[in-house]
Amino acid sequence: MLYAILCYHSEAVVGGWSKAQDDAVMEKLDVVHQKLAAEGRLGPVARLLPTSAATTLRKDSDPPLVLDGPFAETKEQLLGFYIVDCDDLDQALEIARDLGRANPGGAYELRPIGVFHTGVLPADAGQ
Amino acid sequence: MSDLAWIDGALAAARPQAMAALLRYFRDLDIAEEAFQEASLRALRNWPEKGPPRDPTAWLIFVGRNAALDGVRRKAREAPLPQEVLISDLEDAEADLVERLDGADYRDDVLRLLFICCHPDLPATQQIALALRIVCGLSVAEIARAFLVGESAMEQRITRAKAKVAKAGTPFETPGAVERAERLAGVAAMIYLLFNEGYSASGGEAPLRSGLCDEAIRLGRLLLRLFPAEAEIMGLTALMLLQHARAQARFDADGAIILMEDQDRTHWNGRMIAEGLALIDKAIRHRQPGPYQIQAAIAALHARSPRAEDTDWPQIAGLYQALEHHMPSPVVTLNRAVAVSKIEGPAAALDLIEPLAGRLDAYFHFHGVRGAMLLKLERKAEAREAFDRAIALARTPAEAAHIRQHIDRLQAEAGQT
Repeated sequence: MLYAILCYHSEAVVGGWSKAQDDAVMEKLDVVHQKLAAEGRLGPVARLLPTSAATTLRKDSDPPLVLDGPFAETKEQLLGFYIVDCDDLDQALEIARDLGRANPGGAYELRPIGVFHTGVLPADAGQ
Repeated sequence: MSDLAWIDGALAAARPQAMAALLRYFRDLDIAEEAFQEASLRALRNWPEKGPPRDPTAWLIFVGRNAALDGVRRKAREAPLPQEVLISDLEDAEADLVERLDGADYRDDVLRLLFICCHPDLPATQQIALALRIVCGLSVAEIARAFLVGESAMEQRITRAKAKVAKAGTPFETPGAVERAERLAGVAAMIYLLFNEGYSASGGEAPLRSGLCDEAIRLGRLLLRLFPAEAEIMGLTALMLLQHARAQARFDADGAIILMEDQDRTHWNGRMIAEGLALIDKAIRHRQPGPYQIQAAIAALHARSPRAEDTDWPQIAGLYQALEHHMPSPVVTLNRAVAVSKIEGPAAALDLIEPLAGRLDAYFHFHGVRGAMLLKLERKAEAREAFDRAIALARTPAEAAHIRQHIDRLQAEAGQT
């Protein structure tokens, strides 16, 4: 079974860490990552940039509405995510609109990724 | 990280919001500060035992408000105070506290807290010092170190600034759209001043002062969380991130300046660049260009160039021209001249530079750039004069040392022939 582990924390607290504090946390996490990778269990890992860099596409209206900032509603739940490689935000929005046409309703939050590792999982992992 | 370090981080993160709310209740900076301090002390006592509250900011506002109210009441018993003035806004405060924390008008509290630091009667350094003290929560000693002055001098400076702000009266009514835009513009300018106070530090001082850049970026992100659709705030934050991303590469081991074209770009901070570029992408969609966005776009073109020789100078020259239109200034024209020199050569650049002589005669970079152009045109005697003038105007030893390299090279060449 594949599991996604979603990371939550106060952005103002984490954003307030000094570079030394941040590096120390990442170093400790990396020890865990390496162990998981050696066991063949580690899939993609991403550290997202701050929510101030986020854009939200509301796809419950037609045409979908582009809003600055993160997805802020509490009446909907996180059901899945994509990672796509884009030249810029416009291209990412184009992809999100395509996906939204296939599956209207709800919203997509587009958040740039700051740190990304592909992990070691084979294509048939979890099956 | 130990528990106490976690609490420090939580207190610092909650500070702008909590101070803003306490200032609205008490309408007095000193009482608001004391209230926050008391709440922080109680947090340090309570949180290690009971664990952090679900919403640390709301906890700090609530506890701080009650503690300060106790203080006000006690003083009122000892000697009657005009307490109507002090607590006029308190009756309905408790009921809507939590609602306010999420409400749209809450952002105006934080904006107000930042805005009172930008009072036009305060000199720039006092504006910055006040913001660092009351919004960011740096200690007087920390601020004094960053400004390279003594602690008591800084203490005096902050006290004077607070007195001026108190005398001027704080605008507590909810701002209208125009007024809000004006406040945002004033706050943005103050944040960029704070950033430049850190950024303009020279080699030896740089590590001491780069903390000011971090604080400025933090305030930029805070403003963006409150005003997510403001293109110029995106531009400002992007500009600071893209400039600060180069911090590690700007000075050599001896503290001497390394020009951007000579910097080791692998030392640029990739995550800051990614965040800055993402913010510009967002800002451009609004099609409301402004000075911060244009300057950020210029910084972005540098950040996107893997090598100095890949730099898109024609586009940079065009952006400087747009910036001249939005923010006419001889310094901007001087920067455009540098871009033009990369495209059309030093003679074309010099044609742009010479008419600025009257207005920029006391400006270090004017003489530095002019000297460099004259040198490229082999007009060595004039170049030497320009460099001498630049050295006389240098603000930091690193600036002077940088120009001296040119002069040494000129003298070495003169010696050979």
